[in-house]
Amino acid sequence: MKAGSNRIEAVVTDVVAVNELVKRFHFERPDGGILPTFSGGAHIVVEMRDDGRTRLNPYSLMSSPLDTRDYTISVRRDDVGRGGSLFMHSRVKPGQSMVISNPVNLFSLDLRAKKHLMIAGGIGITPFVAQTSQLAGEGGNFELHYSCRSDALATYADVLKQRHGRRIHVYRDDHDEKLDLPRLLAGQPLGTHLYVCGPAGMITWVRNTAAAAGWPAETVHYEHFAAPQPGKPFDVTLAVSGIGIRVGEHESLLEAIEAAGLDPPYLCRGGVCGQCETNVISSDGKFLHNDHWLSEEEHRSGCKIMPCVSRFEGKSLVLER
Amino acid sequence: MGINFKKETFRDDYSFKNSPEQVRRFPFPFHEDGYMYSVNIEPHVGGRTGTVFEHLFDVDEHYVSEMQDRAMVLAEDPLRCQSLPHMTLAGWDTLELLMTEKAKSYPEHFSLTRDGDKWHWINRPLGIDDHFTFGDTSTLPYGPLEYITRQSQGDFAVLDQRDNNLWMDAGIVTTQADWSLDFDIGMNFFEWHAPVPLAHELGIFTRALKFLMAMQQGQPARRLNWTMTINPRLDTSPENFHKWGTDRATVTPENVGQKVHLRVEVQMFFRLPRSNALLFPIRCYLIKMDELVSSAKWGRRFHRVLRDLPDELAEYKGLVRYRPTVVEWLSKRDDGKPTSSGYGPD
Repeated sequence: MKAGSNRIEAVVTDVVAVNELVKRFHFERPDGGILPTFSGGAHIVVEMRDDGRTRLNPYSLMSSPLDTRDYTISVRRDDVGRGGSLFMHSRVKPGQSMVISNPVNLFSLDLRAKKHLMIAGGIGITPFVAQTSQLAGEGGNFELHYSCRSDALATYADVLKQRHGRRIHVYRDDHDEKLDLPRLLAGQPLGTHLYVCGPAGMITWVRNTAAAAGWPAETVHYEHFAAPQPGKPFDVTLAVSGIGIRVGEHESLLEAIEAAGLDPPYLCRGGVCGQCETNVISSDGKFLHNDHWLSEEEHRSGCKIMPCVSRFEGKSLVLER
Repeated sequence: MGINFKKETFRDDYSFKNSPEQVRRFPFPFHEDGYMYSVNIEPHVGGRTGTVFEHLFDVDEHYVSEMQDRAMVLAEDPLRCQSLPHMTLAGWDTLELLMTEKAKSYPEHFSLTRDGDKWHWINRPLGIDDHFTFGDTSTLPYGPLEYITRQSQGDFAVLDQRDNNLWMDAGIVTTQADWSLDFDIGMNFFEWHAPVPLAHELGIFTRALKFLMAMQQGQPARRLNWTMTINPRLDTSPENFHKWGTDRATVTPENVGQKVHLRVEVQMFFRLPRSNALLFPIRCYLIKMDELVSSAKWGRRFHRVLRDLPDELAEYKGLVRYRPTVVEWLSKRDDGKPTSSGYGPD
């Protein structure tokens, strides 16, 4: 079975500029019917038709899992990225038809938790918007700590405070407010689960601090937002299909494989789920591994690559695809 | 066209039998004249009319009697249905899935009316007409999982997904091939599969777990498994081994046709939307040897499968004691002719 093949026809019903960097997009079914139920932390993959190219980007659902008349996502504009966020910001308008995927959750709540402690950085707030709605609906115990640059970029801080009051704590860089994480962790009741979503550096900091404080790894949950990075174009031979492809500067290897008509499995398109793992038959050059799936040893071995986020520089690369 | 629900028993006088139509739709599990493990998973899509796969949750002529048998098992042993505290949400997911599908597949037998969280459920074959509030356990006579699975054929395991593993944290198990929910509750995927021979060495469980963890909403999957049962007993549980274990010594050349049953499990996998848990329904179908050999192809093929089955598998499935008698009986119904490919009865 091919993952991600369950596509949903949707209409963009609203596009809202939340602040200077973030826009929110609302999707509904063309007939107004309800969309599939989902759980907080789930994402959808949005198909973007960009002048003959297809981009497939994952975005966390931030609407309430308790109300699926529409789905909402928020996209932070990345001016130096590969163009997916720019496409969403500049080309997607209300009334437009788009295709989205069924929800997939790779960052779900551990429902055994006595308390859910959430740490967000920047646009990493979005999965928590859905999770806090879900938990509030069932009387769950949670607390959210949210770091952002300034009041102007504190995306949804106001909404969350309005909904959940003192459970929400905001830290603004430009006011020199800083989360005292060791102290926060030290004061948690037994049975607390920790969730973090934000920039890579923040995830590492939270995981390391929790580990140093003796938190079991099973109680620490994180979601990396590893968008594919642009890079130099490179050529690849797909041995099973017997074709050669070129991966463009703003294209991921996975997208180039799909553009050649192949249909490899995927779920996250962000280097964490492992679905698109591909064997390397031979290579002469340097791998630029950007995934969180393969082990360091596998990265060094040069025998495997995650085409959703990783790239290559060198003379030749032959893949088992 | 309604289903003609039969009144029959799966214990004591064992009056269970299949109608000729039910025999034709039996999910015969062998596509060739031999058997070895495989991760034989395929998409679980409905639509093939006249098969047990026409609807996502098959309801057949044994429905009412199977539900009565389940109620008897639960009355004697309430621990056959368990749900750890964090699995209640998955129970509601299960209730929604089963009610929605049953009402859609069999509108003459089941109706569901939803007005926000006020739900009205009618189950005509079992004479149930209940109003309740979705999400509020106090409005149902049982927890959501037990309530709906007392009205659904087959066992249900509900697996929590966390820490890169699946955990058997809820379920209802009364029609099982010798395994116990009460024993397995709280175990992870590798722990509850530990007794299975050969498959670990083949790396089957590692691959299967990887596949199951990636299961997506709206894309259910299924596989078939099989064993054999002496007398048409649904509850072949370890808890009640003293009641059925000795039956295996009662097989004679004269009673094979009526006493020996092929037992097929249609195992399904559904990602549940609110809880992100995995629902694992295990639907059991029984067929007597006399009924099986009414298809010449099935008779020939099952003879060859059973004759050539590796000893480890025969041991694990508990067939060792009566296998020679059954193989001898089947050999007389195998003329050696080739069998056509595929599962169908011809």
